Amino acid sequence: MKIKGKTWKFGNDVDTDAIIPARYLNTTSAKELASHCMEDADPGFASRVKPGDIIAAGKNFGCGSSREHAPIAIKAAGVSCVVALSFARIFYRNAFNMGLPILECPEGAERIRTGDELEIDLDSGIIENHTRKETYRAQAIPPFMQKLLKAGGLIEYVQEQMSGIE
Amino acid sequence: MPKTISEKILADHAGKSEVFPEELVEVKIDFAVGNDITAPLAIEAFRRAGAKKVFDRERISLVPDHFVPNKDIASAIQARMMSEFAKEFDLPYYFEVGRMGIEHALLPEQGLVLPGDVVIGADSHTCTYGALGAFATGVGSTDLAAAMITGRIWFKVPPSMKFIFSGKLRPWVGGKDLILYTIGRIGVDGARYRAMEFAGELIDSLPMADRFSMCNMAIEAGAKVGIITPDSITEQYVSARAKRPYKFYCSDPGAAYEAVYEWDLSNLEPVVALPHSPQNVKQVTEIPHTPIDQVVIGSCTNGRLEDLRLAARVMKGRKVARGVRCIVIPATQRVYLEAMEEGLLEIFIEAEAAVSTPTCGPCLGGHMGILAPGESAVATTNRNFLGRMGHVESKVYLSNPAVAAASAILGRIAHPEEVLS
Repeated sequence: MKIKGKTWKFGNDVDTDAIIPARYLNTTSAKELASHCMEDADPGFASRVKPGDIIAAGKNFGCGSSREHAPIAIKAAGVSCVVALSFARIFYRNAFNMGLPILECPEGAERIRTGDELEIDLDSGIIENHTRKETYRAQAIPPFMQKLLKAGGLIEYVQEQMSGIE
Repeated sequence: MPKTISEKILADHAGKSEVFPEELVEVKIDFAVGNDITAPLAIEAFRRAGAKKVFDRERISLVPDHFVPNKDIASAIQARMMSEFAKEFDLPYYFEVGRMGIEHALLPEQGLVLPGDVVIGADSHTCTYGALGAFATGVGSTDLAAAMITGRIWFKVPPSMKFIFSGKLRPWVGGKDLILYTIGRIGVDGARYRAMEFAGELIDSLPMADRFSMCNMAIEAGAKVGIITPDSITEQYVSARAKRPYKFYCSDPGAAYEAVYEWDLSNLEPVVALPHSPQNVKQVTEIPHTPIDQVVIGSCTNGRLEDLRLAARVMKGRKVARGVRCIVIPATQRVYLEAMEEGLLEIFIEAEAAVSTPTCGPCLGGHMGILAPGESAVATTNRNFLGRMGHVESKVYLSNPAVAAASAILGRIAHPEEVLS
């Protein structure tokens, strides 16, 4: 699967309160959550982000709370992929469970800047930066996580398992 | 092969003789918990999966604690979703307002999470239960939904890091200071995806309340779990409460650790994490004059009876400084009642602090103490991210309950000895 989009770059330790502030957690509506995505880090992000855009960030992206509202808000805002130096562990699980592709790529995380046009091959983990004419190799998605993505997310994976039990 | 406590608990729950760091394992869970923010998404996922029953109604707890008593209509609708789900599946451990407490204080208090358990919770501070010698970790709502259906979850076995604390603690220094110090040393991703094992002579004599505070904030270093080998202190806490049998695990001599830190903290003064990260840790004596607008004493980190006793010792017979709002929130109904019986609530009210029913409220900027632009708070909570307790131009300083109480009295960040001397 290939993804193409323009990049929004954030720094290190982007926490889940920055991704979706707790004051908006009184809803499960993806659309409403998306309208406040990244609000405390970049108040204009939600109104300016375009479908297919990509978020790039430094280390420990998604640290803090377990709120699944964070990957939901990012995905519903139209973001197609998050590339970071590293991810906080609960966010990492949640992103795959929600079907939001995320890639760990230290080199890319360092080089990519806001506005860069990226083309990402999720199967190989190859990231092409068309703006800078550079290529980065992200850490391959572990086979188990690919299984989840293939099923369409954790719920779909569990459905498959349940039909096996009955 | 010698194994860590985390590896031994996971192996037993995976039905394997041993597991290795980085290995993916599917394990049986002993208990699962969700709250009024995370459970609604989990319930939606549960329904979408077409599930008709939960794996075990006595091993799931739903605790409305974040935005309750309902702060607005939207929160009321989310809370009702939970209570209706609990009713539909006849869940005995749904805790309604009036019976509830902050989940991570409530479940250990009720003997629902126990040593040797694998516990998952749709709340990042689920790692609190590691203080009991359980493998407990926070997950998202969808993971919770799947676990409520299957009673199982997959994990990557985390490499373990050992933190050995020695020396003799100075007065007013406790578990909160030990964990903040640790995060200050290793950073907010210093234990990312790792099991943090706390050990050493300081831990051996540390009361349960302090152990809970420490394991509670393991997530603030990025850890999957914070864990302490259960001992006689654990046994004393657990034996009278346990709702089912439990098992003590311990790390084998010679078990492999990715890193071992040894710190003698005899000279440590109480510490404070400055805005806007739990890793910005300074000893309170090093902090310049910092006026404050609000103090919050409570939360899953420091809302236990022992925490309130510390705050009361500092506040007794004194008044909260003019211009400061001090909010005290006992973590559970039992803590509330015991604090009342001990006269602690009277001390707080005489000091002109507000005392509230249990809620997570202010910790995450939900309700019951939101900060205006430019305001600063000292809080015994666990996170001081930008905008965490209110406006993005507000600031949160994290401390132990005694420092928070002293700061309330003096209207600035203060050492308890400045009040008591």
